[in-house]
Amino acid sequence: MKGDIFVLVEHLKGEISDITFELLSCGKAIKEQTGGTLFAILLGHNLKSLIPDLGCADKVIYVDDENLSEFSPEAYKMVLVHLLREKDFLFFLVGNTSYGMDIASALAAELEVSCVVNCKDFRFEEDNFIFITQTHGGKILNEVSVPNKAVISILPGSFSAEEGKREGSPSIEEIKSPVSLSTLKVRFKRIIEPEITDVDISKQNILVSVGRGIQSKDNIPLVEELAQLLGGVVGSTRPVIDQGWLPLSRLIGRSGKAVKPKLYLALGISGALEHQEGMKGSELIIAVNTDPTAPIFDIAHYGVEKDLFEIVPLIVQRLKERKGS
Amino acid sequence: MKIIVLTTVIPDLIEELEISPDGKSLDKTYLRYIPNELDDHALEEALLLKERHGGEVVVLALNIREETDEMLFAALAKGADKAVKINGDFEGIDNHAKAKILRKVLENFEFDLILTGVQTVEDIDGYVGPLLASYLAIPYVGVVSGVSYLKDTLLVKKELPGGLLTEMEVSIPCVLGIQAAENPPRYVAISRLRQMMRTAKLEEFQCEKEKNGKIEIKKVFKPEIAGKAEMIVGEPEEIVEKIVKILEEKGIIK
Repeated sequence: MKGDIFVLVEHLKGEISDITFELLSCGKAIKEQTGGTLFAILLGHNLKSLIPDLGCADKVIYVDDENLSEFSPEAYKMVLVHLLREKDFLFFLVGNTSYGMDIASALAAELEVSCVVNCKDFRFEEDNFIFITQTHGGKILNEVSVPNKAVISILPGSFSAEEGKREGSPSIEEIKSPVSLSTLKVRFKRIIEPEITDVDISKQNILVSVGRGIQSKDNIPLVEELAQLLGGVVGSTRPVIDQGWLPLSRLIGRSGKAVKPKLYLALGISGALEHQEGMKGSELIIAVNTDPTAPIFDIAHYGVEKDLFEIVPLIVQRLKERKGS
Repeated sequence: MKIIVLTTVIPDLIEELEISPDGKSLDKTYLRYIPNELDDHALEEALLLKERHGGEVVVLALNIREETDEMLFAALAKGADKAVKINGDFEGIDNHAKAKILRKVLENFEFDLILTGVQTVEDIDGYVGPLLASYLAIPYVGVVSGVSYLKDTLLVKKELPGGLLTEMEVSIPCVLGIQAAENPPRYVAISRLRQMMRTAKLEEFQCEKEKNGKIEIKKVFKPEIAGKAEMIVGEPEEIVEKIVKILEEKGIIK
């Protein structure tokens, strides 16, 4: 099996996102099996200075157009379809991120090639690539046999970013957009920064974090009290935010903040990968969950298979006693 | 504004998941199905848009499980104008086939906007939203957590990492993959749902099966529990005692 591997460079506010290096690291591992050339595709405007950071790639295709200054799913798709249509590629790798989730399936549909999302790993056997994908909130893995020419979206955190970081001087092909981007139906307006009226959870040493297991807004004061006794603040997973029980500023995970506190107390959190992405670097993770198969126990240092309401009031009581004594 | 909402039921992850004997799918006999939460957010966003700007909300679902009916009646109870159940032999279909079926069904509807949850827990061969948008040759934006309607265009907020949002202007018609509605999805009382199930009617379509994509699921399995966590066992009091000791040892409490 031969063919070239393409990686989409993800960048935000003039900086290459870590997922790009993870993709390059994955691309390099595929190349070791098959040979071929590892391409990085960089779409943007005035971003030439980023190219030396992409030294892990053999070649960088840089498309410079002012309509590519910021991410637009439509513009990206149009340019990528043009670039890839004639190419005999093996795999096109994107991150399973806010960008990649817009691009992967659409590109596969346009190019009439296969698509696999949520990939964590791959295996090469009998001249065939098997990708391992994750479904059902991380409770199920699937081995998927993928034909040549496919768009693969890789879950952040699956490959080492360090492996994909190499300074170098890949050969560069700088081109103008091969397709006119002047009449887009999706037009970038602005980037909205998070409001900083709340505490910055990424700067806390102690985080008491709650998931669906907290059950109701009425139970938030209980964990607020625990956080206060520990000298930390309360963070949370997506469902809690979507229910309006805590503000968006407390979200930890893919769309929220990445945190690395000294203590991460995960209460009633199952540990979907989107959440893990934001907290697995914590120094000490203690998880309390009624479900022994919850993925949070895979990454926690200590686990408690109990209802958080059996445990938290007792910790609160214990900490109050200590303070009193 | 005419809004289509695509919804589906998905396995309830609170239930134990079992692998079928052939090792290539989940054993469906033991699965309980519930509405996809993100589709619920898509419906909520649609209802908010309708309340603000008028129009019509039509909810579509492929009849993949008996729980589909209740989900569609719940959508009517919440304020959808019409609920459409698409019947057919859908055993083993993937998202490519789903999107093609939906494209066919949509030939019977006028619409300005299609909303759906940005993902489900079962996606493998891509996501339904962007696949469908490509088949319909209309724009797609996903991971959306805010939609406002201006004249002939939408102002869409898309989530990026680190709590950032990017705001985009999107021409209609388009497909949006919803991450979160502006408000939490509205609640519907059981009595109201039961009443709806007695009095309302679902519109039904019959559809042929479409071809799946080209990938092949070889094996489905549960991840080995890495067992990284050291489990603290005992009565709650003992557990708390141990936790406090760990926190002391690590210097987190003094």
